[in-house]
Amino acid sequence: MFYRENGQFKTSYRADSQIFPIAQDRWGVLALLAFAVIAVPLLADEYLLRAIFIPFLILSLAALGVNILVGFCGQISLGSGAFMAVGAYAAYNTYVRIEGMPLIVALLSGGFFATLVGLFFGIPSLRVKGLYLAVATLAAQFFCDWVFLRIGWFSNNSSSGSVAVSDLSVLGWSIESPISKYLFCLGVLVVFGVLAKNLVRGAIGREWMAIRDMDVAAAVIGIRPMYAKLSAFAVSSFIVGVAGALWGFIHLGSWEPAAFSVDRSFQLLFMVIIGGMGSIMGSFFGAAFIVVLPIFLNQALPALGSLFGLDISTALVAHTEVMIFGALIVWFLIVEPHGLAKLWSIGKQKLRLWPFPH
Amino acid sequence: MAFFLETLLGGLMAGMLYSLVALGFVLIYKASGVFNFSQGAMVLFAALAMARFAEWIPAITGIESLFLANVLAFLAAGVVMFVVAWLIERLVLRHLVNQEGTTLLMATLGIGYFLDGLGQTIFGSAIYSIDIGMPKEPIFVLPGVFEGGLLINKEDLYAALIAAVLVGLLSIFFQKTITGRALRAVADDHQAAQSIGIPLNRIWVIVWCVAGVVALVAGMIWGSKLGVQFSLTTVALRALPVVILGGLTSVPGAIIGGLIIGVGEKLSEVFLGPYVGGGIEIWFAYVLALAFLMFRPQGLFGEKIIDRV
Repeated sequence: MFYRENGQFKTSYRADSQIFPIAQDRWGVLALLAFAVIAVPLLADEYLLRAIFIPFLILSLAALGVNILVGFCGQISLGSGAFMAVGAYAAYNTYVRIEGMPLIVALLSGGFFATLVGLFFGIPSLRVKGLYLAVATLAAQFFCDWVFLRIGWFSNNSSSGSVAVSDLSVLGWSIESPISKYLFCLGVLVVFGVLAKNLVRGAIGREWMAIRDMDVAAAVIGIRPMYAKLSAFAVSSFIVGVAGALWGFIHLGSWEPAAFSVDRSFQLLFMVIIGGMGSIMGSFFGAAFIVVLPIFLNQALPALGSLFGLDISTALVAHTEVMIFGALIVWFLIVEPHGLAKLWSIGKQKLRLWPFPH
Repeated sequence: MAFFLETLLGGLMAGMLYSLVALGFVLIYKASGVFNFSQGAMVLFAALAMARFAEWIPAITGIESLFLANVLAFLAAGVVMFVVAWLIERLVLRHLVNQEGTTLLMATLGIGYFLDGLGQTIFGSAIYSIDIGMPKEPIFVLPGVFEGGLLINKEDLYAALIAAVLVGLLSIFFQKTITGRALRAVADDHQAAQSIGIPLNRIWVIVWCVAGVVALVAGMIWGSKLGVQFSLTTVALRALPVVILGGLTSVPGAIIGGLIIGVGEKLSEVFLGPYVGGGIEIWFAYVLALAFLMFRPQGLFGEKIIDRV
């Protein structure tokens, strides 16, 4: 009833091709943003910010990066954790080694070095694809795990192998309290979200999608596979690298290579599958789902067990969590390959026509 | 020289075990075009089942003989793997017919996670041991040629022998039996195989069963070497470069790839490792496979992939 586009006339190409063509969507997004900026810091307590909102924002950013590669360009990657690690450690090294390094520049340099590494490990994608490429990206994962664990230079020769950053600030604004961390991550996410959205709906995004749908056919109609694939790798690993730097700097504060293990790579891939492959919105849904589900299960399962007089141990909760993840992935692949984002857009479509079914 | 040969032999025998796990990948890929990422979870699941049945069966039936208990546990675990294979076909693969390879790959990732959780829920998540009576002590050969003789781990030797026997049996099964021929037909072309009356669903169940048995044998051997625990799943990750190197569709490729990777890993660790800080086994195999892919994208014995619009 309220979600209609009739009466909203577009009189220019600009108006017709904007990101949110329906006025209600624009207002909805603005309201959501206002809620995120004003209401969440006021309402959420420290636990909520630390355990849910900050991880959600950073993992959304990482999922966004992975989605560009996997969802838009069809190059399946199991090495995203490695690119996060490269981002985190490169940012750490520039931040610690260069005197007076601004935080933002350090984070971006994390993205820059992740891009270089991503490009390097993306080269095999020119020769191989699909399953072989998945294994090739695993090589990146294991190699980076090893490098950051064994080569002391990267962790500034710290004896414990873990690195830490402190006293973060941007232009005199200290990023130490959970609220300021949250707002900082939100800002970064919004900037990259808008950039990514514009990239994928531009010419380069269409090239990626053509390569994803059928690379031979795309090459025939004049899309350069090398340029398209490598640019997807570059953009994706830049975003993932920045996310990794944020994960280390803002969320963890001190970290070791295990924070970016192969499990992280799988987790990011699951976010993309569950959220929606080839959808910017889906990255947010997927990240929210994967961040919230374990917390929810941790609360709900013991409660459910005590309802039936069963004592559910934490180990069982952990195993159930893994099982539910596995089952959900299979279920989504079978029933709704485009993930939660597709369900969302189906819902909106129904709403536009409501109360008429057609 | 003796040290070099020892390392080489150790690598060959470790490689034989990688081949065994890699074989699981190849079998499923050959017969259904699915790259089974859950192979590691299947190895863990099978090993857990076997380890626990070997405890439970004597406790319930009162069987004294270790050998009999192990055989019964092996059979019981085999039945469990059959049920798993059947369920996977029923619940997952049947609904994903004609999907792209990457979709199937991600589905098997989901299956893998599910099996990880399920196995540890049913069978427990502590470290269990499988005792199939493998001798642990080393033997010395050729004492006349080298000073002190060549040291060979008997356990590795037996494991390699078991693996070799299994590989031989599977090759015969694939080449000589009617079912094996049907499997190869399905691998060549699903539709054509179906049109001459080969039941696709049953073939898939058979293939996953065979992969389950391979996982069981691999799990048994690795489990008796390292103990049955969650880290067994990483054995599959170690076997991935083997498949890539040997070619996804080739049984001999899996074996030779396994030997190359096994030897490469051990030699690189022993002779290259000390210079760069050690622990390079894991990525060395991957980088080796990766470098190889650049020259021969289909692997050593893989079929050449031809793309058409």
